[in-house]
Amino acid sequence: MIKHENIETNAGLLIVLTLIVISIGGLVEIVPLFYINDTVEKVSGVRPYTPLELRGRDIYQREGCYLCHSQMVRPFRDEWLRYGHYSLAAESQYDHPFQWGSKRTGPDLARVGGKYSNAWHVAHLINPRDVVPQSIMPNYPWLQTTDLDYSDVQARMRALKKTGVPYSETQAEFDRNVAAFGPETANKLDILHAEENLMQQALTNDYDGQRDRVTEMDALVAYLQVLGTMVDFSKYDEGYFAEFR
Amino acid sequence: MHTTLVIFGFGGCALFATSYYIVQRTCQTRLYSDWMASFTFWGWQLAVGLGALSYMFGYTQSREYAEFEWPIDILIAVTWVVYFTLYAQTLRRRSQPHIYVANWFYMAFILATAILHIFNNLAVPVGLFTLKSYSLFSGVQDAMTQWWYGHNAVGFFLTAAFLGMMYYFVPKQAGRPVYSYRLSIIHFWALSFLYMWVGAHHLHWTALPDWTSTLAATFSIMLLLPSWGGMINGIMTLSGAWEKLRTDPVMLFLITALSFYGMATFEGPLMSLKSVNALSHYTDWTIGHVHSGALGWVAMITFGSFYHMVPRLYDTRLYSVRLVYVHFWLATIGILLYITAMWVAGIFQGLMLRSFDDYGNLAYTFVETVAFLHEPYVVRAMGGVFFISGVAVMAWNMYMTVRQSRIESAEIEARIAAKMANA
Repeated sequence: MIKHENIETNAGLLIVLTLIVISIGGLVEIVPLFYINDTVEKVSGVRPYTPLELRGRDIYQREGCYLCHSQMVRPFRDEWLRYGHYSLAAESQYDHPFQWGSKRTGPDLARVGGKYSNAWHVAHLINPRDVVPQSIMPNYPWLQTTDLDYSDVQARMRALKKTGVPYSETQAEFDRNVAAFGPETANKLDILHAEENLMQQALTNDYDGQRDRVTEMDALVAYLQVLGTMVDFSKYDEGYFAEFR
Repeated sequence: MHTTLVIFGFGGCALFATSYYIVQRTCQTRLYSDWMASFTFWGWQLAVGLGALSYMFGYTQSREYAEFEWPIDILIAVTWVVYFTLYAQTLRRRSQPHIYVANWFYMAFILATAILHIFNNLAVPVGLFTLKSYSLFSGVQDAMTQWWYGHNAVGFFLTAAFLGMMYYFVPKQAGRPVYSYRLSIIHFWALSFLYMWVGAHHLHWTALPDWTSTLAATFSIMLLLPSWGGMINGIMTLSGAWEKLRTDPVMLFLITALSFYGMATFEGPLMSLKSVNALSHYTDWTIGHVHSGALGWVAMITFGSFYHMVPRLYDTRLYSVRLVYVHFWLATIGILLYITAMWVAGIFQGLMLRSFDDYGNLAYTFVETVAFLHEPYVVRAMGGVFFISGVAVMAWNMYMTVRQSRIESAEIEARIAAKMANA
């Protein structure tokens, strides 16, 4: 019979036993999530972010948007009516880090993409009270006047590639992306053409309403407009997703 | 930034200070190394300071309580290894056969924080000369790892370690031994084991698989037992000396802290129930809960401990006991205003968001609930003003206490010098 006295008179034993006791919970709950196949739903449409969206996401993090806005619609009737279909694990599978959030000082943004026009977003980010009089969100006017720095966008994509995001550098990786996402998307995930792709997306869509330049506003709005739009829910039965829960 | 400064700035410094004080007192030995202690002080201040600066420049991992970017994470890891070595070596050179219970909690806190810090901050930097990095995991796995970390930042940083503080200062101030030795053993091991399971209750109803969040909810409910074990052990230590609550404001701080601890650890399991969480999550109820823990438990136990420790460190008495009473009431009123406002804000916002009109449409838009929050937020701000004025009173009291000690020792030295001169 082990007496507690043995533990409390031996610092080494106390340390080892404590380590064992505190390791178990995390091991049981985290490790299986990497191995159980049903953890992430199998759906088509979810792809990594384009270079412009990625820079927009970086700005979203930089400005601390996640502190007041969640990106996780829960399976309740009111959230369904307010935001849309509940979020799938698959929809954040390329999110390093996840942006689910834990406080809604403002509304959820998981499905904000396509809900408002680009012009609305620009006006709202410059001064939220111009479009929502009761809003308590701060102003972010500098987004519209600061040119986007995309000099290191390739380095950013390479770092993400190391974590497992399927951006391509070699022909083999490119071909794999063509097979997985189709040729159009595969082009956008090509690290070697990241800068031209970014310019092209910004100038074609002209998110910020300033044709001659690529601003941080372009990037952030591009990111906001893609949120929650990748999965076509009309293609699936409701019952299908429940199998994974 | 607010959470970093409170948890790591305020909480961290309080824990370093009290742990070095307690380990030396209970082991009846001197710290293993003075330079290591100084190193942990400067390393820690630098990490928290650089962290706050880097947030202002927009560099954040956007992981709650783990916002520090990778170079600062490395600095923290180095500081922590030195802290662990120093603490363990000091325990080894103790002149008492037994390691006192407070040190178990501090040791569990040091070990757990190391593990959590390392695994939750695994990230790939964009380049060697940039602060920006991307977390190694994504989506579900990333969320689970973060909240395994996040809740145990609460569990070990803000709870286990502060229980260590409680286990030294409550018996000392009461002048009585800990109520039950058995209870302290059981609740130490149960607390250390159970806490690590409960993080996923921050992710109820999300895309996290149901099995994980159900497991977390179950363990959260079980966690009530060891939490209350600690509270009972602390409060009952006072049995036979209850009159101290009338005469000793420092005791008042310590016991009120334990009461808030008991309340917050009851509220926690309640909020981890999925049906309650559906309402409370994403609202200010969570904010209120955190503050009854952070202000009621963490800050109050720290205030009590510092009122005990600082005069002894400077070999003097408190400058003013009356000011401790003033501080106590300012702090208590502040906390009560704060958490009541947050209950009202959180519960009502939750109810408004899920209410429907007769036709089955949503009764309120989101921004209407934001407008409703204005009044509770004013009350919260008032609570904050009360609390911070209490801290100002304490700072003044501490400053005068240290000054008084300087004057006293100067007087003694002058008297000795005079005697020497006469002789």
